[in-house]
Formats: sequence, structure tokens, C-alpha cells
Amino acid sequence: MIPSAFAYFAPTSVAEAISLLEQYGDEAKILAGGHSLIPAMKLRLAAPSVLIDITKIAELRGVVINGSINIGALTTWHTIEYHDGLKGVCGVLPEAVAQIGDIQVRNRGTLGGALAHADPSADATAVVLALDAQIRTHGPGGERTIAASDFFTDMLSTALEPNELITAVICNKLGAGEGAAYAKFPHPASRYAIVGAAAYVKLSGGKVSACRVAITGAGPVPTRQAETEQALLNSDGSDEAVAKATEESGTTMDVLGDIHASEDYRRAMVKVYTKRALTTALARARG
Amino acid sequence: MTTISVTVNGKQYTRDVEPRMLLVHFLREQLNLTGTHIGCDTSQCGACVVHLNGVSVKSCTTLAVQADGATVTTIEGLANGATLHPLQEGFWEKHGLQCGYCTPGMIMAAADLLKHNPNPSDAEIRHGLEGNLCRCTGYENIVKAVRYAADKMSVTTAD
Amino acid sequence: MTTEIKERIVGRSIKRREDPKLITGKGSYIDDIKLAGMLHVALVRSPYAHATITSIDASAALAVPGVVAVFIGNDMLDINPLPCAWAAGRVKNNLNTPRALAVGTVRHVGEAVAMVLAEDRYIARDAADLVEVEYAALPVVVDAKKATEPGAPQLHENAPNNIVMEWDCGDKAKTDAAFASAEVTIAEPIINQRLIPTPMETRGSITRYDEATGEFTVWMTSQAPHVMRLLLTAFVFGIPETKLRCISPNIGGGFGQKIFCYNDMAFTMWAARKLGRPVKFVEDRSENYKASTHGRDHITDAELAGTKDGTITGLRVKTYANLGGYLSTIAPGIPTTLYGRILSGVYKIPAAYCHVTGVYTNTAMVDAYRGAGRPEASYLIERMIDRYAAEIGLDPADVRRKNFIQPEDFPYDNGLGMLPYDSGNYEPALDKALAIAGYADFRKAQAEARQNGRYLGLGISSYVEVCGVAPSAWVGLAGEGWGAGLFESANVRVHLTGKVAVTTGSLPHGQGLETTFAQVVSDELGVPYDDVEIQWGDTQGTPFGYGTYGSRSLTVGGTAIKKSLDKIKEKAKKLAAHMLEANEADIVFEDGKAYVKGSPDKAKTLGEIALQASLAYSLPAGMEPFLDETSYYDPPNCTFPFGTHISIVEVDTETGRIDLKRYIAVDDCGNQINPLIVQGQIHGGIVQGVAQALYERAVYDEDGQLLSGTLMDYAIPTAEMSPHIETDHTVTPSPVNPLGVKGAGEAGTIASAQCVMNAVIDALAPFGVKHMQMPASPERVWKAIHQK
Repeated sequence: MIPSAFAYFAPTSVAEAISLLEQYGDEAKILAGGHSLIPAMKLRLAAPSVLIDITKIAELRGVVINGSINIGALTTWHTIEYHDGLKGVCGVLPEAVAQIGDIQVRNRGTLGGALAHADPSADATAVVLALDAQIRTHGPGGERTIAASDFFTDMLSTALEPNELITAVICNKLGAGEGAAYAKFPHPASRYAIVGAAAYVKLSGGKVSACRVAITGAGPVPTRQAETEQALLNSDGSDEAVAKATEESGTTMDVLGDIHASEDYRRAMVKVYTKRALTTALARARG
Repeated sequence: MTTISVTVNGKQYTRDVEPRMLLVHFLREQLNLTGTHIGCDTSQCGACVVHLNGVSVKSCTTLAVQADGATVTTIEGLANGATLHPLQEGFWEKHGLQCGYCTPGMIMAAADLLKHNPNPSDAEIRHGLEGNLCRCTGYENIVKAVRYAADKMSVTTAD
Repeated sequence: MTTEIKERIVGRSIKRREDPKLITGKGSYIDDIKLAGMLHVALVRSPYAHATITSIDASAALAVPGVVAVFIGNDMLDINPLPCAWAAGRVKNNLNTPRALAVGTVRHVGEAVAMVLAEDRYIARDAADLVEVEYAALPVVVDAKKATEPGAPQLHENAPNNIVMEWDCGDKAKTDAAFASAEVTIAEPIINQRLIPTPMETRGSITRYDEATGEFTVWMTSQAPHVMRLLLTAFVFGIPETKLRCISPNIGGGFGQKIFCYNDMAFTMWAARKLGRPVKFVEDRSENYKASTHGRDHITDAELAGTKDGTITGLRVKTYANLGGYLSTIAPGIPTTLYGRILSGVYKIPAAYCHVTGVYTNTAMVDAYRGAGRPEASYLIERMIDRYAAEIGLDPADVRRKNFIQPEDFPYDNGLGMLPYDSGNYEPALDKALAIAGYADFRKAQAEARQNGRYLGLGISSYVEVCGVAPSAWVGLAGEGWGAGLFESANVRVHLTGKVAVTTGSLPHGQGLETTFAQVVSDELGVPYDDVEIQWGDTQGTPFGYGTYGSRSLTVGGTAIKKSLDKIKEKAKKLAAHMLEANEADIVFEDGKAYVKGSPDKAKTLGEIALQASLAYSLPAGMEPFLDETSYYDPPNCTFPFGTHISIVEVDTETGRIDLKRYIAVDDCGNQINPLIVQGQIHGGIVQGVAQALYERAVYDEDGQLLSGTLMDYAIPTAEMSPHIETDHTVTPSPVNPLGVKGAGEAGTIASAQCVMNAVIDALAPFGVKHMQMPASPERVWKAIHQK
């Protein structure tokens, strides 16, 4: 219940945060919403000696919608859930975010924090994969952009360099003919995803012209379902096509088991939830 | 030690705290506001819910230093003098509590819920309280209590 | 003069007097208490489930500024292990109980090995991490049945094959004969999984020691402070009871877990005496999960015999009860007296037999959890009835009806050694529940839904339970093995101003007893409700009582109050006769006034009588001053509440997830003093049983690590996971006590787990499912459908 002692810094700019990261290296942890880090520190599963609280960096907050959607890394789930503009242009984001944790978690938790932590059962990871989002980062060498598909490298590991921060997540607005959905089987205690499936589809001339499906919760790393995506491409997106495309979903990916859901069962649920997410996404694409 | 200045229930406090001090310990140990409770160590139970700058947070998963410069409302600050908040009244009228341990957090969470959704359905009330555990009531009367408050607050607003 | 007749309030749903402080954050729970100079304890706990402690080095911890002391088990050899107060009756029990801190060997993960005392809890926690303990790991066993097999790791020298006791009840020969000649027999392995009670407040204790007088004061999260005083003084410390004062402040839920004598009570006392400073210990949730008591954990082979047309002829049960690494305070009594003796439920079963093996394993201690033995029994018989009905192709409601004990059968002897069931009328409750559920229509809808690939199920649970467990002579050492009595106490004083103070040995912790008791007192004495104060929780100032558990506080504690009120009224009548210069035999006491029969206009109010009694200027010869009466009530029998619950579920066959669509509860707890409070008790009890059916499961791995060790892994239901509950009731007053009450605290839990499981299994019948172990997790349900 009590974290180990640490030195605390609350930088007010990205540059200041990065110089602190450079100064303290591995000893330091970034604190954003804190809803993964602080519980881990209370159980003493994490004991950083330096905590860099970035929540005072105002420039990292907020949602900007113009040609694309730019969401500051420190934007809370709550802001995304209730953002009026997002519902029309990328409804899957508020839909998925509303299923994260609970109201209090969503009031504090942030998009950037969740992606950087890369919990294998986090909801947002699958959504940014399905949206093919770009993750903007800032490090000692300046800014760079990492495709979501390159971002999650291993269990709790990302393509972030040690002294790098996520600053924003950028994704496209969904237009006519496009649809996305998130379907989740929540863990009964932790509320994380036992299986979460995010799907994006585009219909052109009655055919599926683009398709992305990503799974969280089931395995050590959030992953795209390439076989399913390929199988659905150029189909008519009918229920039969979805059923056929999802026949093999989850069969080849790495899947973990625990006391709540065995590996076998999770695999089966990957198929079910992929189907459900795709079916909803297709219905939305049809308008 | 870090010096922080926090306005709690309308009163400003300046205190030196260790950076690792949890907001819930700050409230309970330093300010003697023991109405905010601790029921778990993993942010599940919601017994510690307070309002930080007007939104509900789990004070066991917030550092006291993060509340520097902020406004905090706890269960002790919810009533308007001797007049109970409609939620406090609802919990009393509808037998929405038994042992009372989860109640402060439950009420603070419900207050946030009603702010976003002043007229929730029973299902929305149940969903909105997903961050708070109660082991006594089976939630049936908690739902009634929140509904009572919602009804009362909507009448008040209409006036 | 006209005096207003006070409105009677027994039977009315008045809102609770407990609440104003609790809804404003003014309650006082254990962790809210601060004493000057108080030290904080952090514990070093074993990461091993079974190991020998080879060395403990506290030097680094002691070097931390603010650390005052570190103590280990060997420092405390001058106090005794904690007592076991309820060995299984009439059989040999191989007793092993925990010490304040482990000595030599640890037997479950989380067992306390060392205590660090520091100026604040942050320092104590840091220093605890610096205590270096070396362990030599020993082999581990966590499963009760495996623990009794040859070659299993042995936990205690005096318990060969890890057996605590072998206990049985019923008639073995007659039962075997019934099975030998039965038309139909059903056999089913039934597991009642391990649960963690999880009151929202964890446990703790604070001790202050007065060196001048040698007196301890312990604030404790206890449902039974008087019992703790007895156990800690007479058994652990060997000091007079008078040297210990136990105080239970507001308790944040108990559900059984806070009945027992725990090590922290002993080590805070020991350290406070040693250091001369107050000492506080409050568990974290993960500590509560690893080291406070768990509940249930039975592995059972159940068999039922009957005729082809639905008459039950026999019940045979063999149960392994996992009691953990040591015996908690009343552990052996739960799977014996409170389980085996009520196994036949609401049915006339002519031949029944139950054998129970209590077992040590490398797990947390198992003891009473809401319902305590009775949910296990009720689950078993109600699942077996459904299995039987399915087997012979009869409606489960009809099979229940056919075998119910009938109203004329009471008092009813069930042949399992239980005291006679006091009263009951089981069919109306079943009928009412079926009517609310729309049973006939449901069966039609269910059949239609199945045609459309939707799977609905309805589960029935008709239950009886045992409350207000007593009398002392039956439950006590010579009989059922309980190491004390089980009466309850009350003192009633009518003060000079007419205000009434009641002190009780009961210990309310959410049950609304302050309100309920005050309603009884107000009506009985005819005084305003607000003039009645109910006081509890402090051994100094309340008469000795056994505390609150087992749905006993209104039946036994409430009756003790009633007895004292009767004595008060008798004395008031005597004094009124003196004041009115009348014959005592002619005095009527009614609505708070005493008067000569036929002359109510010349009445003396209770206030006037109390004033006279208090001033004592003029009393009848031989009468002592003051209206002050104490009663100790030991009932002649237990009470037996009953009812029928029905639930309706729908199964998502793709995922195995269960949607609990309706939950209907018809309960009979006898007379209801405050229906609002009774309903609240029922609601909460039901959700705990629903949680057992659908969500909760404490899981140890083979190494004895608790995999469900936090609230991130152990699924306590949220509001959204809990059903809307439709309640109704019947009223069959208990003849056992003058209030006619039966108890309501545990009924919901005792009725509900099987109610939901029966519905789930009913829904899955088309897939050939006949039984499923709890919880009916999505994975289990999915496998039952897809992996036959």
C-alpha cells in the first residue's frame, strides 16, 4: 500500500522532461495518469527512485481535429470519451475508451501513458493498431513518428527509446464507407480486456477495400490479425464473409492463459470478438 | 519533503509531504479527514474516491504532491452545512448503506456520475458505479439511493 | 388529561439511526483511531507456503531512522498460541493453532514472521523490506483430498495424514440400506470452492497498555469483543479478563472474517506491553487476502437415492473440508455441526449420513464465511434435487413439493442430529416465488427460445437454515464441541429523566441493530424512539455477550433485551402500585404508563416511575433503587428461517457468459421488526451467493502461491455484475423466542449460489450438462457447450 521513496520532479515543458530523463536514465519513471504505475509502486512491484510527473506539461493535453485527429499524449480517457468532435469522426475511440477501467480511472488515465506502458490487456493499444495511428514522440534527438504497427515490440515493451516521451497520437478521420468498432470481453475483477478486438474496414463499391483487426488481452503483445484482414479483403463483407474470414482468427498468435481464461479459451474468444468487432465495423461502414 | 498547498473542502492547507505520500494518506493522516477510506491496494474498490478539481479520483492512486494547487472535496465537505447533499439523503432514505465503509467513496462517485448524467437509468447507475465495490448491500438500494438523489436534484434544478 | 398513545413502530421500515454519521464521513473505524505516541506495525510475511525459517536478520531494518523495534516469534514464547474454541464435537481433534508470529516453520504464504515497529507506517513498511529471512523450502500441498493421501507433505506432527478430525452424523447402516434398495441413485462430485470474505474494511488492532495498572485496551475489528477478551486473557496471555478491555469501533463489514481471534491482537498487546507505547496494525488488502481467514473449500462426493416417481429415500455425503495451515478460532465447527446436521434441507429424507474429514493444507486458514456451513449444505442438497429431477424426468418444483417437510411435521427431527426445526411452511414460499417468476409461462418461453438458438434457464432453491445457534448445553463442549456458551446479554436502564440506555453483547457492524433494537424497546416500554439509546462494542460497559454472527443478534440478543424489558416493566409495576397505593396485581403496564386496571386516567408514566426509582425517596419495602435490569438469554432451540429463491439466466453460447436476468427471493424469517433492514440483509446476502456461483474463486497454485491475491484477480461483483432483486416474503413466526423472529443475515447467501447454478445448468440442459462446478465462469460454460 506504500510506495518506496523517490525524488519527484514536475517539469512544465517537454524539453525539461527529456533533460530529466537524460539525467536520471533507468532510475526514472514517467508519471502520467499513474493508474498502472502507482498501483505497481504500492505493491512494490515497481520502485523507481525518480518520478518525473509530466502532468503539468499543458502542451501535451487536448484533442485537435483538422485534416486528421491529433490527441495529446496526456489527454485523459474522460476527455476522449466525452469529446463531441471525436464521436462523428472516429467514434471507435470514445467507444473503446468508455470501456476502460472505471470512471475514476478514466478521469486520470491518459492515452500516452497507456501506450507507453503497453499493458498486454490495455484497450487502447488494439484501437490505435486498428486505426493505423501514428505515435509522435520526442526525445533528445528531436521528434519522430512511429507507426502503431511498429510500436508494440514485446510484453510491456515499445519502440520508445529510453529518454523518449510520447507527445501525441495522430489518426485519420473516418469518412463515408469507413467503419470501426471495439468489442471487449472484460476481466471480471481488473476490468482489463481478457480479449479486446478492434476492427477497421473500408468499403468501396460494395467490396472491402481496407481492413485492419487488432487484438489485445489474449497474448503478450497487442497484435494485428493479418490472416483475417487478408481473408476479408475484397469480400462483400457479408456475415458469411466475416464468418469465413474469422475462422482462423487467433489460431497462430501467441496467447497466454491465466486463472480466468485459459489459452484455449482465449483463442476461441479472439475469434468471437473479432467477428463481433468486424460485424459492427462493417455495419457502420455501410452507414 | 515537498511543500504543497491544497484547498480541501473550502479550506486551504499548506503542508510538507514526502513525494510518495498518497493523497488518501495526506487527507486521513495529515488533515484528519478520515471519512475517506482505504479498502484495497490496487485501485479497484473506490472507498477512497474524492473530487480533485471537481472530478472523482481514487485518492489511493494519486500522490499528494499531484494535488498541489488543487481543490479537493471529500465526503466531509459534501453537505451544505447542516443540509445533507441529496445523495447523502438518498443513501439514508433508501437504506443504501449497511456497514458504511464504502459509502463515502460511493457517494462521491455517484456525485460525479450525476454531474455527467443527471437522469440516469438504473442500468446507467449500475454502470456508473463500476469503480466502487460494496460488499453489504448487493447494490439494490444503492441504485435506489442514487435514483432518489437524481430525482431530487432534477426537481431542485427545475425550480 | 389525554395522553397520546405512542405509535407502534415494530414492523415499520424506519430509516436507520446509524446512518447520519456514516454518510457524512464521521464514522470511526479502526484505521481512523490515533493515539498519542502510537507505533505502526509492518509485517514481514512468508513468501513460501511451507518452509523452515533458518535465520532472521533485522539489523538493516533496525538501522532505519524511526524504527523502534523488530520482534520475531521466538521473542514471544511467553505467550501461548491462539486458541481453537470449537473443535468438532464428540471426536478426537488434532489441534494446531497459529502463534502471534511464526516459530520455526511457516505453513502458508503470508504467515507473519516478524513485526517491525516504527514511528509511521511508511517507515515501518520500508524497514520490513530490509528484514532478511532465510527459509528452507518444504514440500507443499494445497488440496484437501490430496493432503490425506499417502506420501503427502505433512504439516503437523500430531496430525497424521494432515487430518484434523474425522466426524460423522446420521445413520450409516440405514442409509447404506436405502441405497442398496433404491430405484434410482445419483452420484455427483461437488466442489464448494474457496472464497475470500472481503469485508470492504480490512482487519486491524490497536493496543494501549497501562503500565501502572497492567491493563490492556485493545481496539479491534471484531464481531465479538467479549469473546476476544476471554480468549486473549485466559488462553493466550494467562492474565485475568479484568486486565483487558476490548473495544470494537465501527466495523466495515465482517461476514464472519472478523469473528476470530487473530495474531495481530496478540502481537500488538505483546509489543505495547514490551515497549510501553500504543501499537497499531492494520492490514493491506493483499495481506487480508493472504493471511486472514477464507471460507468454504469443500471437496465432496454426494449421493442421493429415490424412487422413480420422485420420493427421496436416502442421502449419503463424504466431504473433505480444507481448514488451512492451522485452525482458526471456530474452524472445525463449521463443516460439522453447521453443515452435516442440516444437509437434508427442507426435505423429509428417511435415511441420511454424512462423513467429514477436516484437513490441514498449506493455505490460509478457513473458517466461517457468511452462512458458514449452511450454504455448503444447501448448495449440495439443492443441486442434488435438480440432478434427481432431471434424471427421473420430473419437474424440479414438483420434486421439491413432493418431499417438503409439512407444516404438521414441526417440530421436525431431521435425523442428522440437528435440534428439531422450530416451525415452517415451505410450500407457500415456493408457490409465491413460482408465481412471481411466471413459472408456467417461462417454461413455454424457454422452449420457444431454444428453437431460436437462445438458451434460457430457471433455477429454484428452497432452503432452510439454522440461526441463533444455541442452546449452550447443546452446542457446548459436551455436545457439539463449542468451547463456551452461546447465550446473549442485555442491560436496560431507565434513567432519571426517562431516557433509556440499552447495552448489548451483540456487535452490530452493518445489520442495523441499533435501529431494530430501539424499535423493540420503544414499543415495549412505550417510550419515544429517540429516547432510546443502544450501546455496544466495549467490554467495559456492556454485559458479557458472544457477539454478532450466525444471524443470532435479533433472535438471541434481541430476546435478551426483551427479557430485560420484561423485568423493567415488572419492577415499574411494583413501584407504580406503591405510588398509586394500589395492589400490584391490579396494575397494568401499557404504552409507557402504569395504571390500575380500569383507571387509565390516573396513570404513572414510565418517566415518573423512573424518577421515583432514581431518587429513591419512597420505595416499596425491600425494593432497590433505579430501573436497571440485566438478562442473559440462552434460547431453548435454534431458529430455522426458510424460503424459495428463483433465478432466470440466459447463456451466450458463443462466449459462455451468463446474463442473470431475474432474481426472485421469497424469504420467511418469521416476524420482521424493520422490513427495510431485513430486505437489505437479504439483498446483500444474495449477491454474495451469486458471486460464488458466477465470479469468486480463491486459487492457489501447486506451490501454495495465492493466484487470486488482490482485487485485480479476485472478482468481487460490481453493481453492474449484480442482479436487480425482486423480494417478497411469508411470515411464519418462530415459537422459540417471544419476538417470533428467525434471523435474516445469512439467508440470502444460503439460498442463492445453487439458485443461480440450477438456472445455469437448466439453460445448458440441451447440451447434455448435468452438473458444473462453481463458479460458472464463462470458460467453464463455454467448455461445457463446445468441448464435450
